Amino acid sequence: MSMNLLRLLSRRTASAPVARERLQILLAHERGMLGQSDLLGVLREEILAVVSRHVTLDPDKVIVRMDRGKSVSTLEVDIEVPNGFDKRMAAVG
Amino acid sequence: MAKVLVVTSGKGGVGKTTSTAALGAALAQAGEKVVVVDFDVGLRNLDLVLGAERRVVFDLINVVQGVAKLQQALIRDKRLENLWLLPASQTRDKDALTDEGVGRVIAELREKFDWILCDSPAGIERGAWLAMRYADEAVIVTNPEVSSVRDSDRIIGMLDSKTVKAEKGEQVKKHVLITRYDSGRAARGEMLSIDDVLEILATPLLGIIPESQDVLRASNVGSPVTLNNASSAPARAYTDAARRLKGETVTMEVPVARKGFMERLLGRRAA
Repeated sequence: MSMNLLRLLSRRTASAPVARERLQILLAHERGMLGQSDLLGVLREEILAVVSRHVTLDPDKVIVRMDRGKSVSTLEVDIEVPNGFDKRMAAVG
Repeated sequence: MAKVLVVTSGKGGVGKTTSTAALGAALAQAGEKVVVVDFDVGLRNLDLVLGAERRVVFDLINVVQGVAKLQQALIRDKRLENLWLLPASQTRDKDALTDEGVGRVIAELREKFDWILCDSPAGIERGAWLAMRYADEAVIVTNPEVSSVRDSDRIIGMLDSKTVKAEKGEQVKKHVLITRYDSGRAARGEMLSIDDVLEILATPLLGIIPESQDVLRASNVGSPVTLNNASSAPARAYTDAARRLKGETVTMEVPVARKGFMERLLGRRAA
């Protein structure tokens, strides 16, 4: 009886673990939001600059995307290259 | 060399002003020459907590705008000859503070003092930004409670990006000061633990200030708690924190709750 009562009490009062978990999830998200727009913009500009040294690119065809997962995040870089690019590369090489 | 330290939090009511007064007094009691600067324009309270509210003539904005000289605005504490206050304006618009003007005043204070403690207003707006702008170090006052920890995280982000140090590629040295800590409630799992807070904020701990009547009692009478009741638990915690700021190594004491009557009666079962 007294054990049950104690368990009931502790179940009602031990809310700190919930608080910690909620905060961890929230802050991981908010920190990502803060840095994200900036980071992706910088990455996009720099990738564009590097690739443009070798290939003429349409800046609008460079897409950088970040996907945040629970344990792993992925960075997706999608660059559309004009046709004939590989032939020119072969000629240069 | 003078150190500029901002006492900040994001969230209001967590104990920034109390902590500024207590840390400032503790540093002054240790022989350092200290000025505490109130950045909370329109809602100044540092003067009240220090018991200097009737001695304010000129304020920070007067000095920034050149209406008064720094010497005219500085108020020397009546109990501690090493402690000075630069009050905020109660009536002026907060937009009267400029980045450049604050920079000038801080530079002038650096020549006169060992420590310049800037008491930040709540929020993440211009006032909080100006308070941290020229800081070398920061004390982030945090209650073990979700909204306070979240706001502290935002402030840490600001300290890492919006300060002069950050813009120069350097780091503001950050410390977390946990206030209003109730060890009994933490032990019962009702309150975030010290480890929880530190793990989430990933910032070193400066001290743990227990929730205490002594803190309220001290501000009631307009005296920093380290002066008003030096042997009380919060005063000792602030004194230790001040020593850590000075670079001393002081063992961290986690405040232990004295057992109440009921708890003693029930023994360990209640814990």
